[in-house]
Amino acid sequence: MSSLEASDTTPALVIDSATGVDVHLRVAGPGARAAAFVLDWVIRLILAASWYVIAAVIYNRRFDVRAPLVPSARWFVAVLAPSVAIYFLYHYVLEVAMRGRTPGKRMVGVRIVTRSGSTPSVGALLARNVFRLIDSFPFAYTVGLITTMVTRDHVRVGDLAAGTFLVYASGRAQLPALPAANVANAAQAELIGELLQRWEQLAPEARRRLARRILDTTSPDTTSPDAPRLEDDGALRGELERLMTARAS
Amino acid sequence: MSEASREEALARALINRAPLWRAASERLQRLATGGAREVTNAMQAVEDYRLLARDLATARRLIPNSRTREYLEAAYAEAHAQVHRSASHPLYALWSLFRDQIPQVVKELRPYIAWVSVLFALCVTAGFALVHTYPELIALFASPDMIAGVERGELWTEGLLSIAPASVVSAQVFTNNIVVSLFAFCAGFLFGLGTFYIVALNGLMLGAVFAFTAQHDLAGRLFTFIVAHGCVEVSVMCLSGAAGAAVGEALIRSGAGGRSQSFQAAALRSGKLLCACVLLLIGCGLIEGYISPNPDFPLWTRLVVGIGYWLFMIALLQGWLFGKSRAAQPIPA
Repeated sequence: MSSLEASDTTPALVIDSATGVDVHLRVAGPGARAAAFVLDWVIRLILAASWYVIAAVIYNRRFDVRAPLVPSARWFVAVLAPSVAIYFLYHYVLEVAMRGRTPGKRMVGVRIVTRSGSTPSVGALLARNVFRLIDSFPFAYTVGLITTMVTRDHVRVGDLAAGTFLVYASGRAQLPALPAANVANAAQAELIGELLQRWEQLAPEARRRLARRILDTTSPDTTSPDAPRLEDDGALRGELERLMTARAS
Repeated sequence: MSEASREEALARALINRAPLWRAASERLQRLATGGAREVTNAMQAVEDYRLLARDLATARRLIPNSRTREYLEAAYAEAHAQVHRSASHPLYALWSLFRDQIPQVVKELRPYIAWVSVLFALCVTAGFALVHTYPELIALFASPDMIAGVERGELWTEGLLSIAPASVVSAQVFTNNIVVSLFAFCAGFLFGLGTFYIVALNGLMLGAVFAFTAQHDLAGRLFTFIVAHGCVEVSVMCLSGAAGAAVGEALIRSGAGGRSQSFQAAALRSGKLLCACVLLLIGCGLIEGYISPNPDFPLWTRLVVGIGYWLFMIALLQGWLFGKSRAAQPIPA
């Protein structure tokens, strides 16, 4: 059994499991869907165009991509048909081969699953793609876009037909740094670990402000009137690292 | 020890199990990519699944708004997908599709196939009667160039191979036919009305064109051109129309599971028939590219090809080409 729950603004697919612990999968909305589609569209366009140009240049034996004036079977088989096939069969082939993912979906961090949270069957993936004919109607995926916006679980007609959902994949979540026990509680340890992980990505002023706020709550002795105030970037980082490792030693 | 301290100690202990989760995720990843195929790997995956479930349950209770919980949610979902992944036997699945599943779908869709065929036949008759009675109505169904050609006593199909090679004609024809066939199926989403429109329009066009060519004594030549590929092409149009009609009816008369479930079940069940339709249309395209426009083939050859290919279609749809259905085999004692 599975159900859809709305947490915050993102609906989640909640799946019963044999372990007794539900599986929660966050459903991707129209934005993530559109981003994945556009990325895939660009990729397949580049692939199809690359094939066409390279095959045409080889066929014509000079840098000329024009088709021959007299239609030729060799031109059709070697140049035109593969380009068209790459463009139109991209989703059919890759979703099956990559088990519900495509390069665009992978970049956005989403994947296709069934209502039970598993990878859809080949039949379901093909049905999902056949219904693109309806979703793309009358132009620019208007039907698909509208249905993803108005349906509770953000699905297009193809997903309704195949019983599939687009959910966020696990690749987005990162394991936090291991905290030592020299801080007040596990949540703060996790916070320090995260700040240290992101230290180089943050602006100096922002990371100093965050570090001081954390140190104010975790080790009051460093911020007491008698203690020297830590202003230096390196000193603040050092103090955070000390908190994370001191107990272990 | 207070309750808060006890829970804090538990949370710390939980977070310190992170290396176990990372190792479990890596093992599951290897299993997903086919890098681990032994039974022990599968058993280990089940153990990892349980480990992640236990720790996730604890994390949800003790540290609900943490990255640790977020990581565990993702790792557990991945493990769930891996553990519940069905076995993959692509060749057997394909064999079973053509031997058991498509014949079963055809059996279930028989009433739809019959009604869609009747609709198609009525529309052919109506199209023929319309243009026979009001010849100017052909402008609704045919292009001005095609009309002008027929009025000069020439069929648009003649000299087809002088314009493009047979392979190009074949590919263009089967691509177009496959798109029409898929559209006839998908248009069932509009409560069956889209499917009926496509089937009816194709029937009207066929009847109208035959009436128009008959008025210029070209109907025999058109029949000669069509007969080799047309028998199966028209049948496939009715088959995909029947699949679309089943989808439409599922939306109109949904069962206890609701409209969405009913639509999904009908689309997945009747959609299997499209695999056979696509294969048959590729064959039609090859015949239309290599045999139909070639004047060297006499009428009797075309009749043999047309009827023979139609019988092949029947055998394919009944599953006779792939041995006895498992359902029909006797159960061993």
